[in-house]
Amino acid sequence: MFSRYLQQNTKSIISLSNYFLNKRQQQIMHMNTLFKQNSGNKVIWNNIPKTMEIKFTPITTLDQFRKFSNSKVHCHKEITPPKEGEGVKINFITPEGEKITIDSNIGDSIMDITQAHGIDLECACEGSLACSTCHVIVDPEYYDKLDEPTDEENDMLDLAWGLTETSRLGCQIVMRKDLDGITVTIPSATRNVRLEELS
Amino acid sequence: MKEYPSTLVDMYEALPIPFGLVRYGVAPDHPEVKNVQNRFEEVANDSRYTFIGNVKYGEDLTLKDLKSQYDAIVFSYGASQEKSLGIKNENEYIKNIFSARAFVVIGQGNVALDVSRILLMDIVELSKTDITEYALEKLRNNRIKNVIIVGRRGPLQVSFTAKELREMINLPNTKFHTDSELLKNELSTNIEIISKDRPLKRLMQILEKGMYHTSGYKSWSLKFLRSPHEFIAHENDDPSRPKYVRAVRFQINRLEGPLENRVAVPTGEMEEIETGLVLKSVGYRSIPLEGLPFDENKGIVPNYKGKILDNDNNEQPGLYVAGWLKRGPQGVIATTMNDAYETAEVIVSDIKQNKSMLSTDTFNATKQGSKAIIPILHQRGIRTVSYEDWKKIEERENEAGRAKNKPREKFGRVEDAMRVLDT
Repeated sequence: MFSRYLQQNTKSIISLSNYFLNKRQQQIMHMNTLFKQNSGNKVIWNNIPKTMEIKFTPITTLDQFRKFSNSKVHCHKEITPPKEGEGVKINFITPEGEKITIDSNIGDSIMDITQAHGIDLECACEGSLACSTCHVIVDPEYYDKLDEPTDEENDMLDLAWGLTETSRLGCQIVMRKDLDGITVTIPSATRNVRLEELS
Repeated sequence: MKEYPSTLVDMYEALPIPFGLVRYGVAPDHPEVKNVQNRFEEVANDSRYTFIGNVKYGEDLTLKDLKSQYDAIVFSYGASQEKSLGIKNENEYIKNIFSARAFVVIGQGNVALDVSRILLMDIVELSKTDITEYALEKLRNNRIKNVIIVGRRGPLQVSFTAKELREMINLPNTKFHTDSELLKNELSTNIEIISKDRPLKRLMQILEKGMYHTSGYKSWSLKFLRSPHEFIAHENDDPSRPKYVRAVRFQINRLEGPLENRVAVPTGEMEEIETGLVLKSVGYRSIPLEGLPFDENKGIVPNYKGKILDNDNNEQPGLYVAGWLKRGPQGVIATTMNDAYETAEVIVSDIKQNKSMLSTDTFNATKQGSKAIIPILHQRGIRTVSYEDWKKIEERENEAGRAKNKPREKFGRVEDAMRVLDT
């Protein structure tokens, strides 16, 4: 029954998800908890990837039900690119030292961007400030432009591996016009292993 | 898997339910931490991954069975045994009194704070979490008003972290006591070291601020410099009647040595704290399993970056370890994640360097993994639990939870969970 309902309402579900995508991080997080509490909804969402192959734009609430095997590549194709002149550039330095530049939408968090573009940044608690797996190191010039981290973010940063003066949690940095050109480095906790094995 | 896309991964679990510590070790009022379960869903949906639950390694399945069908094994069974204090009456059967007003927790880690917070928390709030109904029922009938959390060393040696401390300080209607003299003294004498250690500095700031929370009908306190010496039961000459705890006798300590290696030295003085309810929360240790080397002192499997070493420090081909079994029972999700990455990278680099695995023919496709093991298990009369089976159990838990306005109502016993699969 659910699957028939879904087939008929695919469009409205997708437009709903796009609507959330454009909302700020906190609203997405709020929806996230709302869905969790309202388990009736959860069943519906849960069934989507199984019953039909809809490719979703990556929003936090739906993202968690992606299939491991098909997730990131599809999302990469599906993401709505920013309109001419409206995007903001963000540079990632991966643990391997590779530089990736992405034209992102204002209002997206670093967590959204990495998940949408298949950049390896674990976000285990999905932006709910319960872990430090999305730890990134921000270019000092841009670090000062960011809003001060909250106590809750700092609590988690205290537990991050290799904390620096300009460390932040990726899920808490939301792209703005004045952050255009920001560079963030994804630290590697295991780089030492690699170097050792190579030598 | 990125490097070797044809790799198959099978995960054996003793319980019929995956998630381990995230399900059983994360406090019920921290649902956001449990979000990591959703990431597991992604892994489980990969066709190269198989979950095989309800299989006890060492009983149902031996190392020999596994060696014949796999190239490498990663052990990651955590730390399930509690550490012991080694004190008088610790193993005597003395009952706790749940109606007790004062509650003593021995140990100052995050688990100690989690337990204390659950006890002092508003019961209505608590009933909206996934806390099990039988635990909730006990707590409903016996509200505890005072919690005393005792540690053998000083405020700079606590092992709890900022989030948990902040939650304790912010508990409504709950005041906080601590030895403010000792705290101020420790802070001022070690100010240089503290200012360089960001997590410690922030933790101490929260503690200092907390001292001004002096109103409320409930209370909690941090007591320092106390080592438990003896559990004391109520006088009772009748051996047929259960003994109930009356107090804990503590040895009073002083601190010695440099800050990075502070030790608690007994002063010889004793102190009794009256209580009807005592909880030990001084950490865990892993247990040795069949066929694995084991370090009894550290309670872990000896390893170098995840590769298992025998007692003479020789690498054991094809045997790896991850998680608490690898580095001991501490650390948060990020710590565990990093060490799992480390183990995975060591496995990949071992394959690249053609190091021997469980057998010499790593790239020979004759090994079938769970395809061959599951029939053996069935022959032995074991009802293995697949990921689809777990989803059925989960659905039942969610249903039961919905009726009570909770995220889920967890099965408390393995038999109950297994019964879902029989119907």
